[in-house]
Amino acid sequence: MIELVALSVVHADDSWINFDVNALFQNFWSTTFDGLTFGAVYGLIAVGYTLVYGVLSLINFAHSEVFIVGAYGVVTTLTSLGFGPSAPTIGPAEIIMDLLLALVVGMLASAVTAFLVERVAYRPLRKRNAPRLAFLITAIGVSFAIQYIIFLPFVAGANPQPAVTMFIPDPVFDVFGTIITNQQIIIVVSAVVLMVGTDLFIRRSRTGRGIRAVAQDPDTATLMGVSKERTIVTTFVLGGLLAGAAALFYVMLVPSGVIYNGGFILGVKAFAAAVLGGIGNVRGALLGGILLGLVGNYGQILLGDSQWTDVVAFVILVLVLLVRPTGILGTTLGRSRA
Amino acid sequence: MMRKKALTAGIAAAAALLLLAGCANKAGSPTSTSGGGAVDIPVSTTVDAPKNPVLPAGDGKAKCAATTKLAYIGAETGPNAQLGINIYNGVQLAINQHNKANPDCQVQFTKFDTEGDPTKATGPVTQAVGEADIIGVVGLPFSGESKATGNIFEQQGLVHITPSATGVSLTTNGWKTFFRGLGNDGVQGPAAAKFLVNELKAKKVYVVQDDSEYGIGLAKSVTDGLGSGAVAGTDKVTTGQKDFSATISKIMNAKPDAVYYAGYAPEAAPFDQQLVAKGFKGTFVAPDGVKGDNFIKLAGDASKNSYFTCPCIPGELIPSFEKDYKALVNVEPDTYSVEAYDVTTVLLSGIDAGKQTRADLLAWVTAYDKDGVSKHYKWDATGELQAPDVYGYKVQDGKVAPIGLIGK
Repeated sequence: MIELVALSVVHADDSWINFDVNALFQNFWSTTFDGLTFGAVYGLIAVGYTLVYGVLSLINFAHSEVFIVGAYGVVTTLTSLGFGPSAPTIGPAEIIMDLLLALVVGMLASAVTAFLVERVAYRPLRKRNAPRLAFLITAIGVSFAIQYIIFLPFVAGANPQPAVTMFIPDPVFDVFGTIITNQQIIIVVSAVVLMVGTDLFIRRSRTGRGIRAVAQDPDTATLMGVSKERTIVTTFVLGGLLAGAAALFYVMLVPSGVIYNGGFILGVKAFAAAVLGGIGNVRGALLGGILLGLVGNYGQILLGDSQWTDVVAFVILVLVLLVRPTGILGTTLGRSRA
Repeated sequence: MMRKKALTAGIAAAAALLLLAGCANKAGSPTSTSGGGAVDIPVSTTVDAPKNPVLPAGDGKAKCAATTKLAYIGAETGPNAQLGINIYNGVQLAINQHNKANPDCQVQFTKFDTEGDPTKATGPVTQAVGEADIIGVVGLPFSGESKATGNIFEQQGLVHITPSATGVSLTTNGWKTFFRGLGNDGVQGPAAAKFLVNELKAKKVYVVQDDSEYGIGLAKSVTDGLGSGAVAGTDKVTTGQKDFSATISKIMNAKPDAVYYAGYAPEAAPFDQQLVAKGFKGTFVAPDGVKGDNFIKLAGDASKNSYFTCPCIPGELIPSFEKDYKALVNVEPDTYSVEAYDVTTVLLSGIDAGKQTRADLLAWVTAYDKDGVSKHYKWDATGELQAPDVYGYKVQDGKVAPIGLIGK
């Protein structure tokens, strides 16, 4: 009886949750493409979590800061090249050169940060055979430490960086009445290319084989002549490179999004994407990222307002994990075959 | 080696894609220039300010203990720090002028940082009320943090005047120590609705709110003021959100003439930027929490379509204040600088009149009825300012420019 009353109360208050199927139909394609775009960025960041987890069984919480340092690298490069809040007046060829330069700087900044995090925070713990919990706490500590180093007034300060407009997104073509911009195409295609490249690298190259071997059985891999330490560093750097690329695309989408704690929510989402796709699985990271982007977007349209995005995304995550605890694609880095 | 190949392929692909961007970019050209909407409202160059205001300098004969202290409590850092900086610069200016003119009364000034965050504000406030020398406070700047800390001030009988918090509910708690140096959102909301319909000629307005005390209250007030016929739709976003694509997709489908964003600049800026990037040609209207040069810096070119509503007076149009403020910090007065200056004057004139305990200064503010440089200050029993004004502003040439009184 009490349950019945409670149900009827919720039901009567239809402003609380309303399923607006009509809105979903109206906005289906535009939300799909936007979801893909942001999902691709989540996916790129998610690879960093996945690779490190695959090799070390460590959730590298500092990866969100590896990403944001890359974003600072991108913004600083572009600002010093004369980009600002207004659309640039230079020709397309120059824009391309400048963006490529910013991409390289962003990737390097993130990769160096990832390398330093590994050297300063994790390697000493490994040397002492510290318990796994110590790594986890250290990861959280490093994450905060980097945030508040950026926060210092003489580093970047508390305020977000001024907007950097790279180019004005232009419509390229129309799909079912929804305009696709060059910006969306660049982001999605580049992300997929980078992910396919990473996947090939892991599956086909000698270093990639080393990474998989260490993930599968570190001791045996060492006996077979794979340097464990070097493999671990490679993994961190690889994740950092992709996070730096994600930073460029993120700044493209959100020109004023670069702030000291700006990586946090993205990091959580990317980690969720990695888990959703199957942690330790590179393809899973991209799949998880795109799914998370899409599901969050559909959910918020269906439920009426934007505050539902993360709720929907994480409820789906929980539901998927209930059915498939290893994530959608499931396999770990070690078991993936070349 | 595979690694090299993959890398080369990646770079080649990235270059090709960026080329695509460049070519497409050349084809299109930057669209609308200023004002955004169909109407263009001229910038106003004068403001109707009181002729003989009370000034912080007083008569120069004030005497007080060397320990007399006023405090600013509010954001010095954090995403909304700019508003706090505008405020404490105004306070600093008033105190400097007072101390220069009154050699026998050197009022000390101290600052406490809340980051503008309701969950962090209780610490600094507790610390401040614990310092017995502090007899008056300017702050807190935001509605959420004011709501969270009002009781602490109340228990210690410490008078505090906010130069900027506009949440309606703040004066409904029975607090005797809380005073508001400007109009609340119950005044701003209807004025904004009238401004949208009558001056910007918007037939359909899309109202977006954030999850703050302030955004929720203001959005309701604007929506009520517009009436259901003029509201094209509503949506809610969260503090810290950066991806607004789904909300914008709904807005583009609803085809409103204007969007009203009830919230703060750190979210409003990427929101407006993404809105314009999706081809929105209408007007973007936002309240005092968004107004400021910081919004323009964060939103970039997109900010050209923006108007602001604010229960604040354009301090830059009051020549004497503008000159002194600029001499102190080398920038133009921004949102709430002049309000902060005026409410500090209210406290300083009390100290000069011998009200040098917390109880005396509280009684002084309660009974206050005089002009400041921007407007008249007199409060009702709840701490609400009587006869507040709401002004309109727009973005012109990369700066915020006043466009005159839009509501009382």
